[in-house]
Amino acid sequence: MIYNMEYETMPRDALEAIQFRRLQATLERVYATVPFYRNKFHEAGITPQDIRALEDLHRLPFTTKQDLRDNYPYGMFAVPMDNVVRIHASSGTTGKPTVVGYTARDIETWAELMARALAAGGASRGDIIHNAYGYGLFTGGLGVHYGAEKLGASVIPISGGNTKRQIMIMKDFRPSILTCTPSYALHLGEVAAEMNVDFQDLHFKSGVFGAEPWSEEMRQEIERKLHLSAVDIYGLSEVLGPGVAVECIDAKKGLHIAEDHFIAEIIDPETGETLPYGKRGELVFTSVTKEAFPIIRYRTRDISMLNREPCICGRTHVRMSRVTGRTDDMLIIRGVNVFPSQIESVLMEMEGVEPHYQLVVDRRDNLDLLTVRVEVGEHIFSDEVRMLQTLEKKISKNIKEYLGVSAKVKLVEPKTIERSEGKATRVIDNRVL
Amino acid sequence: MRVEQISVFLENKAGRLSEVTRILSEAGVNIRALSLADTSDFGILRLIVNDNDKAKEALKENGFTVGRTDVVAVEVGDHPGGLHRILEVLYQANVNVEYMYAFVQQSGDHAVIIFRFDNLEEAVKILTESGIKVIDGSVLYGM
Repeated sequence: MIYNMEYETMPRDALEAIQFRRLQATLERVYATVPFYRNKFHEAGITPQDIRALEDLHRLPFTTKQDLRDNYPYGMFAVPMDNVVRIHASSGTTGKPTVVGYTARDIETWAELMARALAAGGASRGDIIHNAYGYGLFTGGLGVHYGAEKLGASVIPISGGNTKRQIMIMKDFRPSILTCTPSYALHLGEVAAEMNVDFQDLHFKSGVFGAEPWSEEMRQEIERKLHLSAVDIYGLSEVLGPGVAVECIDAKKGLHIAEDHFIAEIIDPETGETLPYGKRGELVFTSVTKEAFPIIRYRTRDISMLNREPCICGRTHVRMSRVTGRTDDMLIIRGVNVFPSQIESVLMEMEGVEPHYQLVVDRRDNLDLLTVRVEVGEHIFSDEVRMLQTLEKKISKNIKEYLGVSAKVKLVEPKTIERSEGKATRVIDNRVL
Repeated sequence: MRVEQISVFLENKAGRLSEVTRILSEAGVNIRALSLADTSDFGILRLIVNDNDKAKEALKENGFTVGRTDVVAVEVGDHPGGLHRILEVLYQANVNVEYMYAFVQQSGDHAVIIFRFDNLEEAVKILTESGIKVIDGSVLYGM
């Protein structure tokens, strides 16, 4: 279902006209109210008036995560705190978190975009949404929550954790839509199996999964184990939160970006140069309607590409391919670029192997050593040492073939790789560079 | 004429084996025979116990990966050449032994050896035809 027919199916020329008008207003406003942007524009020798068409966007300087940290906590806000009704923050695994604010209208916009996203994922009025994204400073829980209410669906604000209780609630409350991270979805599947609950007997029809990179193979596994149709959702707090882009359940081929609110670009992460449609690179976003926390050319560090081709669902908004990795997740191992998602694809192509893995990189005698830890589930376990060693060798060989990098495969006991309630830890880099 | 064996995947690190024995002890499961095969990274613990279902359930509940395999318990003369005779029979018939280990209890004045074959049916047929006694699980668990 399309929630906002007028904007989601708008002809591209009209859409781009709106984007440009809104971009100009945003630039004028940040120039006037945020010292950081005014200084950056000055340094680049540019004023908002120099941007005369959408194509001029690339002349503006980038904003990076470091810029947000430097202006911690409220330096990037474009409205007085009187007008800020909500504050969220990123997890801040390295250093300070990044803080974002919302006006009442921003919250309204966010709810609208999340309502669109849930509708694109198969939800409508009358659905019961089991929302297992974490509630709190993290944008996932509340973002989905407001969108679900806006859509007119019933939302169960279960948040993350206490998985056994979640399964019980799924049985009793009969939710029809599941929202959580893809790794938590698989964890729910495992715990349900341990409790002898079959997802086939539950009432889910679809799930909207995101907040971490995942692969096409992982989608198939979730769909098979949870008996539902899985779509990918994208968002980040610096830009809005969940709802920036979402896959339609009709095509499940790329995520429609809410282009009446954001302008997306793909750049070469090395040179900063803007890349054409169909080229893979770093995703960059500019917000054109946000009030409290407008953001200009924000470097997401997420790797994706853009597709302008019309979609069978009728939406005219550009689609981004599923995020295949992060520029800062990218490991360079003996000169080869390696994304965790590539390893995941290799594993998922192998019969019985589950996507529970972790990459550990060490440096010994100036040589990078990649170890891939893979959990041994019942499907691949054998009572014969030889069989397990053959499996290790086969995984190693496939990684070498597909990625061109040598890896030692280490089989580990189930659930020893930290995961599930939130995001899985996919990479441990022990190299001291 | 088969015996059910359970196998457990273990990482090669301190305390994992004792974790298994603790779980089985708390579940009231008696271990009748065991063998541990290990590499530098991992080990596979194979067990014959008095209650397979209970053992498997308790281990799985504690997060272990558990498998089940059919193996064969064979009576072996407790004298020089006893085991050799059996291996000779299997060798002549071209039956491959994946691994084997000793059972704790004696069967009368015979020792008992657990065999894992890739072709169990064939192996049992050859052993019985050669007059070698194969012990059924129902008998073995109670020994």
